Amino acid sequence: MTAAARRGRRPAASPGGRAPVLFLVPAAVAVGFLAVPLAGLLGRTPWGSIGAELASPRVLEALRLSLVCSLGAVAVSVVLGVPLAFLLARVDFPGRNLVRALTTLPMVLPPVVGGVALLLAFGRRGLAGQWLDRAFGITLPFTTAGAILAEAFVAMPFLVITTEAGLRAMDRRFEDAAATLGAGRWTTLRRVTVPLIAPSLGAGIALCWARALGEFGATITFAGNLPGVTQTMPLAVYLALETDLEAAIALSLVLLAISAAVLVALRDRWFPTA
Amino acid sequence: MSLQARVEATVGRLHLDAEVAVATGELVVLLGPNGAGKTTLLRALAGLVELDGGRVVLDGAVLEDTATGARVATERRPIGFVFQDYLLFPHLSALENVAFGLRARGVPRAEARRRAAAWLERVGLAGHDASRPRALSGGQAQRVALARAMVSDPRLLLLDEPLAALDAAARAEVRRDLRRHLASFDGTRLLVTHDPLEAMTMADRLVVLEGGRVTQTGTPGQVSARPRTRYVAELVGVNLFRGRAAGAAVQLDGGGTLVAAGEHHGEVFASVHPRAVALHRRAPEGTPRNVWAGTAETVDVVADRVRVRVAGTVPIVAEVTPAAAAELWLADGGPVWVSVKATEVTVYPA
Repeated sequence: MTAAARRGRRPAASPGGRAPVLFLVPAAVAVGFLAVPLAGLLGRTPWGSIGAELASPRVLEALRLSLVCSLGAVAVSVVLGVPLAFLLARVDFPGRNLVRALTTLPMVLPPVVGGVALLLAFGRRGLAGQWLDRAFGITLPFTTAGAILAEAFVAMPFLVITTEAGLRAMDRRFEDAAATLGAGRWTTLRRVTVPLIAPSLGAGIALCWARALGEFGATITFAGNLPGVTQTMPLAVYLALETDLEAAIALSLVLLAISAAVLVALRDRWFPTA
Repeated sequence: MSLQARVEATVGRLHLDAEVAVATGELVVLLGPNGAGKTTLLRALAGLVELDGGRVVLDGAVLEDTATGARVATERRPIGFVFQDYLLFPHLSALENVAFGLRARGVPRAEARRRAAAWLERVGLAGHDASRPRALSGGQAQRVALARAMVSDPRLLLLDEPLAALDAAARAEVRRDLRRHLASFDGTRLLVTHDPLEAMTMADRLVVLEGGRVTQTGTPGQVSARPRTRYVAELVGVNLFRGRAAGAAVQLDGGGTLVAAGEHHGEVFASVHPRAVALHRRAPEGTPRNVWAGTAETVDVVADRVRVRVAGTVPIVAEVTPAAAAELWLADGGPVWVSVKATEVTVYPA
């Protein structure tokens, strides 16, 4: 296409074009609306004492627990979610769309509802919980394992969706090429498929981890708020808000930093042209 | 014959039903228009396409037989495949790409790397071991793909349009090298192309595939001398007619008659080279046996000749010199007389 044709097609929307005045005010308000809370958080941060705040046993405990739970949730999601993504992307089974809808549901479900549902399913009297209790003596609610479960419930869809999209976008003829070179299914998966979808897999893991780290509603509903057992950072922030504002701010800052890091890590994926 | 294959497969709207046989050491070129099923046939031989029916036998070993249900998985077939866009693994270096097949077949890492490096050197890419496919030129990528396919000593080498992704400048050189490497390969070779020049210059034998069916086979000389379909006739640039012969006269299916020099009977093809077609302003006198009136429809200049498509009872393409075209006032088209000597009409059984 010639430059003239390109200009002809989009006369007003060239990159250097002026924005419609009518949009300027709402857009500015939107930016402010999103930025002011961040500024508020950073402005109220007690920079002098933040080191001490972060080193307090209570914060450290929440930090440690959050890492354990979120990484546990990522592990559960990878072990269960990646095979699910493969099936959704590659196998045409009856009810596939239903399964995909079910998989995506936790992304739009209010987390507290997820927590209630988990409680009804895995609680000591729940559908699966009853059986777990009788057969193995395992109880999940109000345990660290329960918190991991709650976080995985909410975060796994991000990994499944992103991985499935990566698998669908991948040129499957690379797998054909691997087969003609003598690679069986497992070798092909390990040496060709997974490396080729690594960017999607990485993005899925990052999103999944960020979501698990920030999980609040399902965790507090299903696993409760026991310091050192189920009290992860978001729960600790909420609680500290009542008693120790500076600790709440310090914890919030850590979560903000992690979110920013995930955003930077994924910027090429989300803003490829920017 | 070391490869004998009958392949029936359906992919999308294409229904492939073709038989191919290739002798050891022979280079067979599969030629056909786009969408004829050439790639599908190669993929079927590699086991990448499910067969509706058929049998693939390589060096006496059955790779697939739908009658008995026998099927050797792609990764267990002794084949090498060069894909049209090469499909080099983008996350692996050139050396790792070439070594991939050896590693997958259980060759220890050090030996695989040594053999892969030797092959890269053999295709003229010494020093590119660590290059990623993205950093390679089209010609270099093609050589890596060839080395990758040949490094594990396959018995059957399948090449899908190995030069199609290259620009004209790189193609001539890569074609020469490809021919050299193919000549050094002692197994069975099957190459796909839609480029007639490539086909004619490389093939020991041609198999023409059209609409999923084999329409003609033979040496390049045989195929170009006696085209059996419109597609092949256009490739080699001759006028092709089909009809019934009774003695010297051939009653054409499309109407009209051509008189040939020899005697033939039954269903035949008759071909006439465009340069053997003479055009005249007035009805010619003299010896030509085939004379008819027509209308010059399109006039194109091709290199140093002028191609004239003449409509009439026997539609035909003539090639005349620019001087003759000027003399005939052909630039505007219009009525012309066509004459063809009987000795210039080649007749062969259909």
